[in-house]
Amino acid sequence: MSADPQDSVQEAAPAYRVIGTRPIRQDGLDKVTGRAVFGADVRLPETLYGAVLRSPHAHARLLSIDTRQAEALPGVKAVVTAADLPAITLEGDWGDNLRYQSQNTLAADKVLYYGHAVAAVAAVSPHIASEALRSIQVVYDPLPAALDVRQAMREDAPILLDTLRTDSLGQRGNQPTNVASHARFERGDLEQGFAQAALVVEREFETATVHPGYIEPQNASAIYQSNGQVTIWCSTQAAFGIRDDVANVLQIPVGQICVIPTEIGGGFGGKNSAYLEPLAALLSKKSGGRPVKMAMNYSEVLAATGPTSASYIHVKVGVDRDGLITAAQATLVYAAGAYPGSPLWGGMPAIFGAYRVDNLRVDGYDVVVNRPRSGSLRAPGAANAVFASETVMDEICEKLGMDVLEFRRLNGVRQGDRRSDGVPLPRIGFHEALQAARQHPHYTAPLGGPHRGRGVACAYWGNHGGKSSATASVHADGSVSLLEGSVDVSGTRTSLAMQLAETLGIPLEAIHPRVADTNAVAYTEGSYGSRTTFATGWVVYELGQKLIALLSERAAILWETSPDQVQFAEGVFSHKGGEKRLAFKELAARLDETGSPLMASVSLAAGGAGPAFAVHLVDVEVDPETGKVQILRYTAVQDAGQAIHPGLVEGQIQGGVAQGIGWALHEGYVYDEAGRLLNANLLDYRLPTCLDVPAIEPVIVEMPNPRHPYGVRGVGEIPIIPPPAAIANAIARAVGVRLTQLPMSPGRVLAARLARDA
Amino acid sequence: MPVIWIPALLRDLTGGAEQVRTPGGTLRQALDALEARHPGLHARLITGDQLRPDVAVVVDGLVSPLRVRQPLNEDSEVHFISASSGG
Repeated sequence: MSADPQDSVQEAAPAYRVIGTRPIRQDGLDKVTGRAVFGADVRLPETLYGAVLRSPHAHARLLSIDTRQAEALPGVKAVVTAADLPAITLEGDWGDNLRYQSQNTLAADKVLYYGHAVAAVAAVSPHIASEALRSIQVVYDPLPAALDVRQAMREDAPILLDTLRTDSLGQRGNQPTNVASHARFERGDLEQGFAQAALVVEREFETATVHPGYIEPQNASAIYQSNGQVTIWCSTQAAFGIRDDVANVLQIPVGQICVIPTEIGGGFGGKNSAYLEPLAALLSKKSGGRPVKMAMNYSEVLAATGPTSASYIHVKVGVDRDGLITAAQATLVYAAGAYPGSPLWGGMPAIFGAYRVDNLRVDGYDVVVNRPRSGSLRAPGAANAVFASETVMDEICEKLGMDVLEFRRLNGVRQGDRRSDGVPLPRIGFHEALQAARQHPHYTAPLGGPHRGRGVACAYWGNHGGKSSATASVHADGSVSLLEGSVDVSGTRTSLAMQLAETLGIPLEAIHPRVADTNAVAYTEGSYGSRTTFATGWVVYELGQKLIALLSERAAILWETSPDQVQFAEGVFSHKGGEKRLAFKELAARLDETGSPLMASVSLAAGGAGPAFAVHLVDVEVDPETGKVQILRYTAVQDAGQAIHPGLVEGQIQGGVAQGIGWALHEGYVYDEAGRLLNANLLDYRLPTCLDVPAIEPVIVEMPNPRHPYGVRGVGEIPIIPPPAAIANAIARAVGVRLTQLPMSPGRVLAARLARDA
Repeated sequence: MPVIWIPALLRDLTGGAEQVRTPGGTLRQALDALEARHPGLHARLITGDQLRPDVAVVVDGLVSPLRVRQPLNEDSEVHFISASSGG
């Protein structure tokens, strides 16, 4: 592979004082000493305990629900069913979405998956609440279930939602269906592209339903006061999202709801939506305003909260004799779960996102099935897609006898190339990441034994920007309180405080960051989409600039001059052409002399989230007798833009890879034919353990995002994308079989090997 | 004039054209002008007087929070993509 020139001219790296260092994260002490307050730690006087009755059927009509015995049980204070939820009368697609959300909170006329909530109770103890659930009598009329996307697309499939019609960007079908929508990317001439190919590889893939696997189950405590004000404490990535969900389900104004996000024990996209929060509020209302606390057990988490989509994917790629891609085609069929909304929007751009393809078509189908409504697991929809495309790319390399990184160098996107959806790429660091992978000792290290193989996979992820807000107050001791709307799921209090400290030229220790509730700060999107350090970081930068402008006015008052005669550099205000100087801390101490305290707020919608690229290398050893795959070594190269806190970036990379390993080798929902989930516990739903995950070496490549004041790109999601493909490619190199189904369990690996030998 | 990139599923309305140049100082004005030349596009992209909630608009490489109210320059490039968020 030849040396690769830079895609674009890089400016000299700015000399930062705080950015790029590795301070101890500011939430660390509370977490390691057990003082951090999680949702389960919220204790309110007169609390009632809520519990949920869930469907034992995957698909059934609800003929009747008799709650009288439960209501009569001593200690039971409230029982709710869908009849207690307000009717949603809004017409159109948005009205349908709200009805789906309401029906996912409590099933109305049908249950659509095993674990679907049917009723909820609040009682003076958790034991009485459980007993009350057992006394609720529900009469079901079971219906055939559609569990698999291809089964659900058949003409004779049971229909989940009577009013659903296929939407093809505004063109609506006229027949009942389980296909909620069809989307397409297309450019060039596909037939001509394949006609030019010297080699075409075409394969089909299936991936299992997997769960984000956060350690802390969903929980919520709520008080619905007699004046209509609702306060909710919960574990969420998106406090404002929960506020809006509760407002939609209960049909009350958002101004009446305050959501207080507690510390979060993992989310990974699974805590963006409300499950228990509307129920806790409704039970509180019905019990006369007593606080109601609810928490799921892990069986409920697996059965009833959003896993990511199972999928069927077809990929066809053609290349010429030199390995140049001439055409690429894919069809992605994603299981939405019980209601529309699978992450096709993530999978479709990702499947060929790392490649320049002139002749391309990508079709996507969102299909409802009798499984829990899908959620947004880290880089939603992308790992499925890239498992398929990167497996095909690796097979092409193998057939051409071509170095896998040279293939990517030849075909990889560069600045100015168009994404699959047509949007041109800004400055990216893909080729720098490829170069770093090629130069890493791992790439050429001996494998050291039989049945071992090395796999490579690459990924593109678009990242998200969006709306964020923050507020800051300057105190007389020179410290700054920072109230941020973003929930801290990954150490972002520290990465945001670092950006403010850099801007203000003060020590990081002088910044006191805190995650605010929804009444204390303006609207902020959830901590998803790898957006917080990028978008809220941009807010914090602008907040710093605003504080500097306001403080310059105060210095001008002290020096009896005009603000334009005050300049600021490296934490010091000075009088232009004079000798007067005040450090930030000195000026803060004299704010009283200038008339009033000082605070500022900033909100913005951040465009320009820089796309992320990753290149992963993995070595595996396959046990020829059992098919068990052991991961020996893992290196993950990633363009992080400017890494604000490299240690936190490395943590994101390692965490994403660990989750990707689980997705690749172990995890998957297992249903019986009737649609009952058979492995709704952490013994049978196999999350990776420390015995499965080796030391993961992160390699950060820094190609600053030109659209962010400090060059930040999102980093949190992309690390989960390449592992399934990289591991599949390593298995292929180790034992000569290509796995096309996830998870690549020992049984599947062994069966594939035996089939090949036979 | 700004250039509008037509999503694949709407190209039957533009005779297969992938890009269409159309006048308009804002996206709404451009879509109105486009509708006059290619009837039916408006109904596929607009709900009420707003862009469909599942569609985002990218103008000159940036997702626009102003959506149909986004000002366009003479050389603006407009794409309609799936609205996205993340995990």
